[in-house]
Amino acid sequence: MSTPANNGPKSAFNTFNLVAGAILLVGLVLTVLRFTQGIGPVTNLDDNNPWGLWIGFDLLCGVALAAGGYTTSAACYIFGLKRFHSAVRPAILTAFLGYALVVFALQYDLGRPWRLPYPIFVSQGTTSLLFEVGLCVMLYLTVLFVEFTPAMFEWLGWKKIRKVVVKLTLVLTIFGVVLSTLHQSSLGALYTIAPSKLHPLWYSTYMPLYFFVSSIAAGMSMVIFEGSMSHKKLHRMMDEEYLKHHDGVVFGFGKAAALVLFGYFFIKMMGVAYDNNWHYLVSGYGLLFLTEMLGFVALPCFLYGVGVRDRNLSLIKKASIITVLGIVFNRFNVSMVAFNYHLPSSERYFPSMMEIGISVFIVTLGVVIFRFITTRMPIFFEHPDYKGDH
Amino acid sequence: MLRRTFLGMLGATCVGASLPAGAEAAGKEFKGYPGSKGVLFDATRCIGCRKCEAACNKVNKLPKPEKSFDDLAVLDTKRRTDAKTHTVVNKYGTPEHPVFRKSQCNHCLEPACASACFVKAFNKLPNGAVVYDESVCVGCRYCMVACPFEIPTYEYDEPLTPRVMKCDMCAPRQAKGQLPGCVAECPKEALIFGTRDELIKIARERIRRNPDRYVDHLYGEDEMGGTSWLYISGVPFNKIGMREDLGTKSAPELTAGALAAVPMVAGLWPVLLGGIYAVTKRNSKVADEERKEAVESAIAKASSEAEKTLSEALEKADVANKRQIEVEVKKAVEDALKPVEPEESAESGEAENSEKEES
Repeated sequence: MSTPANNGPKSAFNTFNLVAGAILLVGLVLTVLRFTQGIGPVTNLDDNNPWGLWIGFDLLCGVALAAGGYTTSAACYIFGLKRFHSAVRPAILTAFLGYALVVFALQYDLGRPWRLPYPIFVSQGTTSLLFEVGLCVMLYLTVLFVEFTPAMFEWLGWKKIRKVVVKLTLVLTIFGVVLSTLHQSSLGALYTIAPSKLHPLWYSTYMPLYFFVSSIAAGMSMVIFEGSMSHKKLHRMMDEEYLKHHDGVVFGFGKAAALVLFGYFFIKMMGVAYDNNWHYLVSGYGLLFLTEMLGFVALPCFLYGVGVRDRNLSLIKKASIITVLGIVFNRFNVSMVAFNYHLPSSERYFPSMMEIGISVFIVTLGVVIFRFITTRMPIFFEHPDYKGDH
Repeated sequence: MLRRTFLGMLGATCVGASLPAGAEAAGKEFKGYPGSKGVLFDATRCIGCRKCEAACNKVNKLPKPEKSFDDLAVLDTKRRTDAKTHTVVNKYGTPEHPVFRKSQCNHCLEPACASACFVKAFNKLPNGAVVYDESVCVGCRYCMVACPFEIPTYEYDEPLTPRVMKCDMCAPRQAKGQLPGCVAECPKEALIFGTRDELIKIARERIRRNPDRYVDHLYGEDEMGGTSWLYISGVPFNKIGMREDLGTKSAPELTAGALAAVPMVAGLWPVLLGGIYAVTKRNSKVADEERKEAVESAIAKASSEAEKTLSEALEKADVANKRQIEVEVKKAVEDALKPVEPEESAESGEAENSEKEES
């Protein structure tokens, strides 16, 4: 009997619910403010700094950290690493929620959010990299939703349609990888249009590649990080099958992440060499760049390597946290810190409390929905009716 | 499965192929529409009177500013265009020798805003003006990120219908044969309106005739692939707040590489991934078969070996048995041939018993 019973917290007034409830309440107030007062009164955005935290964190980090979906499903279904199978559903769910929340968060940042379908259905600006991002994210969100539905159909007991969707797995996975490659890289490519605004240490024509490669490391690190978080908080929902494979998934992804980070470090350095930007390394921004490269790329790469060699689970988990923070650090640097570096400090951007509040609100919303789904649907365990049916 | 895989690939390729249709044109060098108009700004003639600002405010029906346009003290602080101001004049240089520079949209030949906009809200008109179409704008503000001159501004305080605001080179006035507002009002002819080609000739001529008065550079001729507004100045352009490190590549050229990669990824990734899938599947199938074969042969070998040992053991047992029987028979015969004694008959009875036990 490996299907866990839903024996969660008995009272609705536990610490998690109270804190989450308070944050959601504040979020609702801020939402009302944003849509009645406009973007200006709620944010510190201005004409020089049109993109702030909502793009830098909610969009850029959100998309990168949701990369676990395509990396895990590709590893399992395309590369045939069946031992990662137990990690696919949590990763797909995280990715789906991640992208859904990215689109949700975008509603706050857009001036006229109800026109979001315009680029695809009304007036196609195909020369824009943002068009590519929009199209890919829309399609990928659909793919992720379809990939997620088997869990939902199992929960609902709709066997026939589940069978149809399961048969599509490979096609969906390939489609997902193509779309992810395109939009992960396009997010980096967005900034290739502004060489005069982004500091040369971060600006490179290779930026699309950097964003894509770092998203792979980010995705795998998120799977490890989120897996260990769930392990602590949602252990009761996990079956033997999941628990048996969990450590193997961590070691496998740890090893892969070490290699990807290693490659990423080198292509980043090649970018510096290609544009001959070495002299910038001895400036303030150089220090920031070196912190990013050594502290958040080279260090987790090394820790992952040692962790895999020594079979040290906790070291790998630490490395995954550093990598996740490193991705956030990198996206912040590109979109906010090293962006507009030429402006005097008085014209630089720093997010307002209300902007931060909305971002916290959205992350909390994600965690709450994740909990809701994982405590009900077969994510961390196999549904008894569909055992070993992959 | 194979057919479906192929269809999936086909779909992905079509999505990719449909994307860079517009980008293709961007790859070629575009030197502006023939006969398109522009404005030449001569910084040596500008006196910072702000008449152009006032005219712009009037013709575009923008809200009145806090301080009137006659207040020249405004020039002491650096300003930029905003949602209520399409053009500003800033003061540079020393108090004894001030230099003024007007800034507004430069109307690039290949505008970064138009290239960046994902709903085509920006258009470069054949007359040179870059205009904005509010009716499709989503308000993503990527145009503002993209513009190297930091020109587009946004109505941040507008909750429902915010617009991107910038100079449109008075395109509606131009259509009626009128001059742009700022040009019409300039009292010192610091602004000249004309076809871009003419303006370039005039500017070159001014620089050639007065080499001491002007820096030998026509700003806007090549910057960011060329702009419809052109500038000449007596001081280096970076001294009047204009960036000299923008390069001559137009915005579409900067992103052409990334856009060009899209159909390649969409076309090749499915092939590559499908191939990897096929190879891993084949590998695991072969491995399975090999394992099965190995198990079968191992079982066959084991059973034949077992048979062999069994038969050997049986043979041995047979031989041993025969020998023992022989020995026993011999013994029995010997015993039988011995002379019978009364005590010994009991002994032979015991032997008989033990023989029975053994058998």
